[in-house]
Amino acid sequence: MSGSLGRIGAMLKRHLYLFRGSWTRVFDLMYWPMLQMLLWGFMTVYLNQHSSWFANAAGVLIGSVLLWDVLVRSQFGFTFSLLEEMWSRNLANLFVSPLRPFEFGVSLMVMGVVRSLIGIVPAALLAIPMFHYSVFEMGLPLVAFWVLLIGFGWAAGLIIASLLFRFGLAAESYAWALVFVLQPVSGVWYPVDTLPVWLRPLAWALPSTHVFEGMRSVVYRDEFRWDLLASAAALDAVYIGLGFAAFLYAFSRARVRGQLLQSSE
Amino acid sequence: MEDAIKVDGLTKRFRAEGAPAVDAISFTVPRGQIVGLLGGNGAGKTTTISMLLGILVPTSGVIRILGHDMLRHRFRALPALNFSSPYVDLPGRLTVRENLSVFGGLYGVADLPARIDELAHELDLTALLDRKTGSLSSGQKTRAALAKALVNRPELLLLDEPTASLDPDTADRVRGHLEAYAKRSHASILLASHNMGEVERLCADVLMMKAGRIVDRGAPDALIRRYGRDTMEEVFLDIARGTGNGESEAAQ
Repeated sequence: MSGSLGRIGAMLKRHLYLFRGSWTRVFDLMYWPMLQMLLWGFMTVYLNQHSSWFANAAGVLIGSVLLWDVLVRSQFGFTFSLLEEMWSRNLANLFVSPLRPFEFGVSLMVMGVVRSLIGIVPAALLAIPMFHYSVFEMGLPLVAFWVLLIGFGWAAGLIIASLLFRFGLAAESYAWALVFVLQPVSGVWYPVDTLPVWLRPLAWALPSTHVFEGMRSVVYRDEFRWDLLASAAALDAVYIGLGFAAFLYAFSRARVRGQLLQSSE
Repeated sequence: MEDAIKVDGLTKRFRAEGAPAVDAISFTVPRGQIVGLLGGNGAGKTTTISMLLGILVPTSGVIRILGHDMLRHRFRALPALNFSSPYVDLPGRLTVRENLSVFGGLYGVADLPARIDELAHELDLTALLDRKTGSLSSGQKTRAALAKALVNRPELLLLDEPTASLDPDTADRVRGHLEAYAKRSHASILLASHNMGEVERLCADVLMMKAGRIVDRGAPDALIRRYGRDTMEEVFLDIARGTGNGESEAAQ
């Protein structure tokens, strides 16, 4: 167990060294969440002036964009850390060491958390003086939403990592694009009822939908929906389990096909 | 004590209908010995090394490394194993010290800072420790990669062209270091190289590969005598081109 923690720690150190040596990477993590927050913040100001309904729920759009970015940054953080190894042709070095694929996966998950924190927290803090909106006022529900979206980001990251193991850097574009397929059906900006009836079962099959419905319940009605929290947690567990199974299967197939060396060479 | 490497009937086919990349090879590498793995491009050396390291699953055959079955218990052998290849890089944006620190952590090396200083001294890397690995010359990168390969004091070292791109002086010092390391630690080394002088100097035994098979084996001196040649380079050319009489004698 201590050996396993030591190896995970070594992998985290590898990525933290990268941040220490390149501040541009840290700013890059903050750039898009900050830009999104400003865009939707000004949109909120405009809508508040023209809609009493929006005025009653000031900040819901900023809350939505920040929480959506938690999911995106968690997946990007996971996938980006794997891509770093592929770009630097380091995978073979790692997998001839005693590092287990499971430990590698866990280290990528932790990096998903670290990268999402670096990206989101500055944007959330800036929203307070800029738009007089603090996402932190949601209190404990915010922690629950954050954890659930991080978890779903991991699941998406595990699936995309499987594609990268299978197709190598040819699948790199999926790392940046695939998660956005979830946005229209996750009810990020509008309630699920807005979607056509036939699409709603798909939306409810995603933990992110339960989180965003739960967030609107807190903001509009000041009510924390435990049922949505429970269903999102259950779905997260299923998707993370499936993601890990796909990740480990893709890794074992990569060992059969010789792709661990090819992606390094 | 069991051999450092024991391979039996090792085969790898990447396509069911194609020719095997490695075709039912069997060999052993005794503890404490440096063995060369020679062959032209596409002979199957890298595929063989990849299977020995556990990053490529063979189609059939048995691999025992340091007494452990690599197909079932590779994580028992990996802590005592390491490798270096010019085709695999260390992360270029990390300094040499950071890279050695990360890999030392992965191998669970005790008293890592002292080990890094020791390696830096032995491989003349002290002045380079705090430089980004990507900014080093190819020769300096090769030495850094070798330091990574030695960070866990491996009992078995697999080296793919360890002196490629080094100038003659540095290459000679690296060979001297490998020789000394093997002698001091009683470590085994399997060395794939195209530098025949290096093979003659370092290797007690040589495996000659061609088209996925081991076509000959012996000490460099014995191979040179058997083929009626003056150097290993001439022996290599005989085997690669199918000329000379040593191969047929070996087959008989």
